[in-house]
Amino acid sequence: MIEIIILAFASPLLSGIITKIKNNLRFRKGPGIFQPYFNLIKFFSKEEVVSEHASWIFRIAPPVVFAAAFSALFLLPFGFTGDLIAILFLLSLGRFFLALGGLDPASAFGGMGSSREMFISSLTEPVAMLAVFAIYLDASNIMAVAALFLVALAETSRIPVDNQETHLELTMVHEAMFLEYSGRSLSLIEIAAYIKQLIFFLIIALLIFPGFNGFLFLAAKLLFLCVLVAVTEVSLAKMRLFRVTDFVSFAGLLAVAGIIWKIL
Amino acid sequence: MLLFDPLSVFFLIIILTISIPSFIYSFGYLKGHYSGRKILLGHLLFALFVLSLLLVVSAGNIFFFLIAWELMSFCSYFLVVFDSENKKSITAGTIYMIMSQIGTALLIVAFLLMYKYAGSFDFNAVKAALSLLPAKHQDILFLLLFFGFGAKAGIVPLHIWLPFAHPQAPSHISALMSGVMIKTAIYGMIRFIILTLGVNSLWWGELVIVFACLSCLVGIIYALMEKDLKTLLAYSSVENIGIILLGVGGSMMFLKLGYLPLALLAMCAGLYHLINHAVFKGLLFLCAGSVYRGTGTRNIEKLGGLIKKMPWTSSYFLLGSIAISALPPLNGFISEWLTLMVFFLGALTVAGGIKLFFGLAAAALALTSGLAAACFVKAFGITFLARPRSAKAENAKECGLSMNIGMGILGVLVVFLGLGAVYVVKLLVIVSGSALGIEGGQIQLGSNMYLPSPFLPLLLIFFLGLAFVLQRSRVSTNQTWDCGYYKLTPRNEYTATAFSKPFRRAFGFFLRPYRTANKSKDSHYHIKTFSYETHTTKIFTKYLYKNLLGWIFGLARNMRGIQTGSIHIYLGYIFLTLLLLLVFMGRY
Repeated sequence: MIEIIILAFASPLLSGIITKIKNNLRFRKGPGIFQPYFNLIKFFSKEEVVSEHASWIFRIAPPVVFAAAFSALFLLPFGFTGDLIAILFLLSLGRFFLALGGLDPASAFGGMGSSREMFISSLTEPVAMLAVFAIYLDASNIMAVAALFLVALAETSRIPVDNQETHLELTMVHEAMFLEYSGRSLSLIEIAAYIKQLIFFLIIALLIFPGFNGFLFLAAKLLFLCVLVAVTEVSLAKMRLFRVTDFVSFAGLLAVAGIIWKIL
Repeated sequence: MLLFDPLSVFFLIIILTISIPSFIYSFGYLKGHYSGRKILLGHLLFALFVLSLLLVVSAGNIFFFLIAWELMSFCSYFLVVFDSENKKSITAGTIYMIMSQIGTALLIVAFLLMYKYAGSFDFNAVKAALSLLPAKHQDILFLLLFFGFGAKAGIVPLHIWLPFAHPQAPSHISALMSGVMIKTAIYGMIRFIILTLGVNSLWWGELVIVFACLSCLVGIIYALMEKDLKTLLAYSSVENIGIILLGVGGSMMFLKLGYLPLALLAMCAGLYHLINHAVFKGLLFLCAGSVYRGTGTRNIEKLGGLIKKMPWTSSYFLLGSIAISALPPLNGFISEWLTLMVFFLGALTVAGGIKLFFGLAAAALALTSGLAAACFVKAFGITFLARPRSAKAENAKECGLSMNIGMGILGVLVVFLGLGAVYVVKLLVIVSGSALGIEGGQIQLGSNMYLPSPFLPLLLIFFLGLAFVLQRSRVSTNQTWDCGYYKLTPRNEYTATAFSKPFRRAFGFFLRPYRTANKSKDSHYHIKTFSYETHTTKIFTKYLYKNLLGWIFGLARNMRGIQTGSIHIYLGYIFLTLLLLLVFMGRY
């Protein structure tokens, strides 16, 4: 439990490290690895601006997203498969409210983001389920872990599915959804995103070399995943939205192959 | 005559829990829109409909069941065509009646076969006689029963009447039809296939699961494309029947394989989703009716911003949307979680290819729940959030007290079924035992493993509280970001059609979207008006039913040749028929 709390506090660090590695790979200096913390502190001290068209849904969405992500994180240590399923559903609770929050201020960007996010997530959900299923049958199923990694890329809005760095309206997916948010609400959403990323990385980390899950080993594995994500992001380009189906089907086939491999 | 085992009582309770709030709701819904006599007729038909539903699930023998079943179909037909001056209602009613009678025809064949083998309409006598039948005959009986009841349940491809009939009926009837009536078909499947016929082949369960997956996916994909609020809900009923059948089909497979605890758990999952769907779909239909009364339209492209005008209705709709999208901690989540667990646990115990089968079924369910979430983000977001898209939405009025009470009761039930899962499952174990013909006390389920973590609601509440504390800060109100344009109108909002566009592209192989553009020019150079529409092809109607209808009408045309109008030839026909029958009776 203590470890989970430490990890929760360290979760923005993962994004900081990924950004740093990405920048170094491109021969740039880039912001320090603690930049996400500074951003959060900045958002926390700012006044919040709410659209005149928004309703109470807009206000309660960030707390729900935050609560869903943290509840999911604290279900992790129980290690029972049913909780893994519950985690997937909890994350979609957060996404549901965030998508409503995107539609609420009557802006086309928010609606676009909501539509795209729901599209991508509804496709990744069965793949995640297949991967969890394969892992449930046999924990050392490397194909299923690979499928889960691809799902994690899509769910944490990374290249090639989405791009966290872009702020061009037409290419945004996840970011477009909470374009209208500011101040503390924005920071809650960002924290939830960091926690979600941590959850996916943590599940994958627990599954590769399952014999070594001491705290230090775990940290090393998380670091390795950060490097992997950074290299992926630097070496690939973002896909068109409608190509995402191909990406997700590939991940799905990987998971199915994983199941077949274990049955044979 | 009547039968009251736990299974029947369970369905009786469901029928009463949905019909009482619907009845309360109907007072406000009907008032002022119909004449006094018509309202009285409406109440009378409603009462008769509820009575027939109650009779269906408590009928003590097969003959009585059939009578009640037909009474139910006729009552619901008259309720579908309640707005009989509306041409759409008549069409809807006709389609409903035809599909319903096709189903009943299959059932009558099955029932007569049963009578032939057993010589009695009694459930127990029939059961004893059927167990001696060769496998081929049992397979035929299974198929007749499954598709016969399937037509009423609305499994794909027999679903085509739902999106016509459910939206045309008054909303409290839609709630009852979608919430309860299609569930009586599930009752029929359990009563006749599992309890009377007995599950004799593994492929029966597999067939049920395959059709269940098909119903789930087809239902929710069509729902996602829909912009009529009630049609959307009707398609979503097709999806939810699929989810219920996943549990029932799984239960049939485990029963055949001999894993009784798993069969019990699967039946629990199916029945849990059954009661959940009855409650939240009832709630959503009542909300849709209240939106219709408040604004005068069901087209969500014309709505928007209702959350400010209709605070109660929108809260209930949100509650129903969360539940139906299987989001924790409400009831839809518990039952879908249970269904998934059934497949997971089942895959551990069975061997070989069935593991993959279960995996794919679980994936289909996950895809369904993902799409359902998207569908209800659309339904709630476009209808209730943002700015009103038309004058009708601008002048929306909140519904009256009786409608609010009706929705409120179901809303409370949604929450209770989610948070009180432990108690519900305990009761369902007894019902499932009765549904599978095994003593409920015989097999114990360890309750801990079979429910999502009980900490979950507590965790959610704790972190929600924390987040609300963290969120408190100075808030100012300003315009929505519009790239400095400062003239955003409701026309700049995202629409339902736009929202579902990525899905239309991704599932294009199935939906076959097409566009029509109409230009009217007043000169060669100038276009006066331009209309642009996008449609999807209903492939089941186009490729299955259209062909079937064409074939039937072709046959009818050719048959016309034998009708000459001459009495001598008709007498000849009668003589020939008599001869044939005599020969036939002599040989068999």
